[in-house]
Amino acid sequence: MSRKVLLIEDEPNIAEAIRFLLTREGWQVEIHGDGTDALQVIQGAQPDLVILDVMLPGKSGMDILRDLREMEELASLPVLMLTARGQSRDREMAENAGVSRFMTKPFSNAEVLTAVRDLHAQATQM
Amino acid sequence: MRDTLTGSRIRERRQIAGLRQAELARLAGISASYLNLIEHNRRRIGGKLLVDIATALSVEPSVLTQGIEATLVSALREAAEDAVGQQAELDGLEEFAGRFPGWAAVLAQMHRRVVSLERNVEILSDRLTHDPQLADSMHEVLSTAAAIRSTAAILADTEDIEAEWRERFHKNLHQDAERLADSSKALVTFLDESDTAVDPRGVPLEEVEAFFQTRNFIFPELEDGGEVDSVDLGNLNTAAARAVARDMLETLRADAQAMPLDAVASFVQGEGPDPIDLARHFSVDMATALRRVALLPESIVSEPVGMVLCDASGSILFLKPVSGFAMPRHGEACPLWPVFTALNRPLVPVRKHVVQTGRASATFECFAYAWPHTVAGYDQDPAYRSVMLVRPVQETTGDAAVTKVGSNCRVCPSNTCTARREPSILSEGF
Repeated sequence: MSRKVLLIEDEPNIAEAIRFLLTREGWQVEIHGDGTDALQVIQGAQPDLVILDVMLPGKSGMDILRDLREMEELASLPVLMLTARGQSRDREMAENAGVSRFMTKPFSNAEVLTAVRDLHAQATQM
Repeated sequence: MRDTLTGSRIRERRQIAGLRQAELARLAGISASYLNLIEHNRRRIGGKLLVDIATALSVEPSVLTQGIEATLVSALREAAEDAVGQQAELDGLEEFAGRFPGWAAVLAQMHRRVVSLERNVEILSDRLTHDPQLADSMHEVLSTAAAIRSTAAILADTEDIEAEWRERFHKNLHQDAERLADSSKALVTFLDESDTAVDPRGVPLEEVEAFFQTRNFIFPELEDGGEVDSVDLGNLNTAAARAVARDMLETLRADAQAMPLDAVASFVQGEGPDPIDLARHFSVDMATALRRVALLPESIVSEPVGMVLCDASGSILFLKPVSGFAMPRHGEACPLWPVFTALNRPLVPVRKHVVQTGRASATFECFAYAWPHTVAGYDQDPAYRSVMLVRPVQETTGDAAVTKVGSNCRVCPSNTCTARREPSILSEGF
């Protein structure tokens, strides 16, 4: 069964590049570009991993993450968070909200791939 | 760099020009088989033949030789070295630059831009924390840089990339390069102009404020039944700014109708400019009287008067500065200003003497009033606004209570203030 990643990112060219990279790694990649209904989309897609941008239209990635961690079935879902704000307080906020990995833009493709591989490996070992 | 790829570049350029090998050979006066050897880098080329081939291909000879490529290759090498966690194929670098000089140049240019922007990020981080517009601009730049970095790395590192994907990524790169150029330019404009007195950064309220200042806050066109359309808004660059200005001017037009200039001048001359007396005399609400007094010509009120207008969120909608009373440009004003305390008691006129901390101890008399700006409907809460008139006081009577206020927490030295939002950047006792 193929592994599925849900990429919630409103920047289409970033989404396209990540989709290309992960598809080549054997991931099935779904993309969603809006924060408003992101939680419902996550519930519907049932991904193995979520890549979540912080600044999204409708609802911020930080709020989505907080809500997601309060839902029993999604509480342990690996979430890789992407942000253009790399300040320590943002990182702290993300960690408090329950992020699995935090990555600042502009990131390298290798960083994304390594993070995805690591998070998936950790999740499958649990 | 070794001059081993001139032939490859000739082939590349010939294909771009849509010429067959035989055609180019004929134009250059050599045999097709000799050109074939050159194109496969099996014969060195220089001198007149190089010039002839370059002429036939309509390019500078240097494009076919190593000059341009050396710079490119060095820039690409730097990009590869800076790529954290990426193992670029440095052995294939010359071939990449030789076969795709245009895209290699784009990649090198983008790398230089990313390096420069990353350097700026650290310097700007403090301002980033306090300026939402700058935060948005930086987010745009960094997101675009992220897209360029990922896309360029895919193009550079993936040997077996399908043509359809390659074409799509080339298109994305071009799109992002354009976007990055625009957002960088906007950012530079923002930074260049943020210290000037008039700040046309495209923020509608600031553009409107600058417009009102150029008019000295006086609009004779709106007196005697004049219409807003008679005011020239040509100096306002954006539709949003024009809409905000028109809305404010409509309010001033209504104020002028309710309180005709000659009658106001006559009343002020006889009775003085007390807003509550004016409101009673002209049977208008306190907000109308305050706005009218604040925006009267100085020939009538004899001294400059300031004004602040805000909504129930505390966001400042309009400012008329007055000397000695500091008003922050980006909102976040002192919560102790009477314009905000009036919001706690809508429809009750507030009058306070205030002095701003940390400045020459000038005293100001502030009149403030909050009123329901809209009637949303039955059983629906109205949206309140509040207006404050700020008048310098030459002499205060001994028994007048004076409230200490600031302009903005960051530049306010008062360390005992219970309304403080964030620490001051000023040292204690400044």
